[in-house]
Amino acid sequence: MDHRELIPHLFRTEARKIAAVLSKLFGIGNIGLAEDITGDTFLAAFETWPYKGIPENPTAWLYTVAKNKARNYLKRHHLFINTIQKTIQSSVPTSEEPEIDLSEKNITDSQLQMLFAICHPCNTTEGQVGLALRILCGFGIEEIATAFLTNKETINKRLLRAKERLRAARVAIELPPDKEIPDRLDSVLTTLYLLFNEGYYSESRDSIIREELCLEAMRLTYLLLENSSTNLPAVNGLMSLMCFHTSRLPARKDKNGELVLYRDQDEALWNLDLISQGAFFLRAASQGDQISKYHLEAAIAFWHTQKDDTAEKWESILQLYNRLLQLEYSPIAALNRTFALAKARTKEEAIVEAEELNLTGNHFYFALLGELYTEIDDEKALRHFSTAFTLAKTQADKSTIQRKMEGLQKPP
Amino acid sequence: MDEFILIFRHQDGNKVASPEQIQVWMKQTMDWIGGIAAQNKFAGGNGLPFDEARVVHHNRVVTNGPFGEIKETIGGYIIVKADSVEEAVEFAKGCPVLQGEGNTVEVRRIAKSDGTNS
Repeated sequence: MDHRELIPHLFRTEARKIAAVLSKLFGIGNIGLAEDITGDTFLAAFETWPYKGIPENPTAWLYTVAKNKARNYLKRHHLFINTIQKTIQSSVPTSEEPEIDLSEKNITDSQLQMLFAICHPCNTTEGQVGLALRILCGFGIEEIATAFLTNKETINKRLLRAKERLRAARVAIELPPDKEIPDRLDSVLTTLYLLFNEGYYSESRDSIIREELCLEAMRLTYLLLENSSTNLPAVNGLMSLMCFHTSRLPARKDKNGELVLYRDQDEALWNLDLISQGAFFLRAASQGDQISKYHLEAAIAFWHTQKDDTAEKWESILQLYNRLLQLEYSPIAALNRTFALAKARTKEEAIVEAEELNLTGNHFYFALLGELYTEIDDEKALRHFSTAFTLAKTQADKSTIQRKMEGLQKPP
Repeated sequence: MDEFILIFRHQDGNKVASPEQIQVWMKQTMDWIGGIAAQNKFAGGNGLPFDEARVVHHNRVVTNGPFGEIKETIGGYIIVKADSVEEAVEFAKGCPVLQGEGNTVEVRRIAKSDGTNS
């Protein structure tokens, strides 16, 4: 690997570690400073390595440079000293020179603490997701913009506002005390869940970024599982859900990058290791008497790893959706529940309930109606599919609906 | 949108039906509630087991019960969101409890937290 490949690679794996440790060191008000020093560190590598050659231990080189830059900054900038010193004195009271600890343990601890700080309820959800990507996953502004189908300027503003909110609320970078963890964990899990979904369902065409979003969400969830205070049933439920979904990632795309619907997927492409890991985490999630939406969604995802349409499968999925909707309504859960009702009972019964859903702005709603009316009243089915086609926003959705319509228009 | 409580009054199912039958009723109830929740109109609910039920009277005498009129015992409730009592009544009509003759579902508007009625 030459430096042109090595530096981006190291940026991906090391930048987030340096950023987390420096953020923790400087305090919540100075996340931007931590980002800048991290960026400067890699810039130094870009400037030096092509001429002097790649150092023997590139990671250690980066850590040393980051430490020196952080120390120099602290020495030079008296303006900051007053605010920063308080943080440093409390963590390292004896040393004159601040100890910048880039050990594996401190990296993990800092990342976990930063995860809780970033996901503090004072922050908006999109701010949390954005900052998590930037600080904890080492994503560039451009990559975040691509993932969210927006531009760099919007993301920059979003991140600035998020940092400002954390600063104003003086959020501590620490693991909350055990008794507060279940409450604080809620917004952490929401952020990880969104991060994952962004990758799994995103309309962005950049499939590498999408897959990385999924893997990063899993890596951060794993951070929670590794710590005994945060290894709680809901976290296992979320991890299980992520494993089951990820197991199907390779089967969801055909050779041209088009989305392959579940029923058309080649099961041979499903990742069995991930499916058995999903089952492992689902078992771990079942300890305790609390059922979160992650448990229910993981259980639904488990049933989808069973390709055969058995009565037991659809009855179970229906009952899981019944419970999920009681915990938390979402249009997509309402639609999926109605589809499960058709499978577990009859299409006629599902049509009656579908008509009550009141989701007439949603193209999936009309796609569902089209699906339910198929073979019962093909003309109506076609009309619903064509409404769905008009409402659909992405090319992938449009071409899926198109195929359904072509299927209906074929002469018998 | 207002909230309405639907109160189920019926006999203790355990006294009149097999565990399998109760299982079927449970599933029907979950489907009924799931249908309401799928419309984003479900706000909460609970079953009220009949065992260990007690009534405390005005002289603080405690009796088992309230099993005087067996068909009028409250066995559970759900709270729904609805624009009118008529809409809430439409939800109530689907309640599986009504399969039993003599059973009822009472529909009552829940007072707003400021104590007003509307």
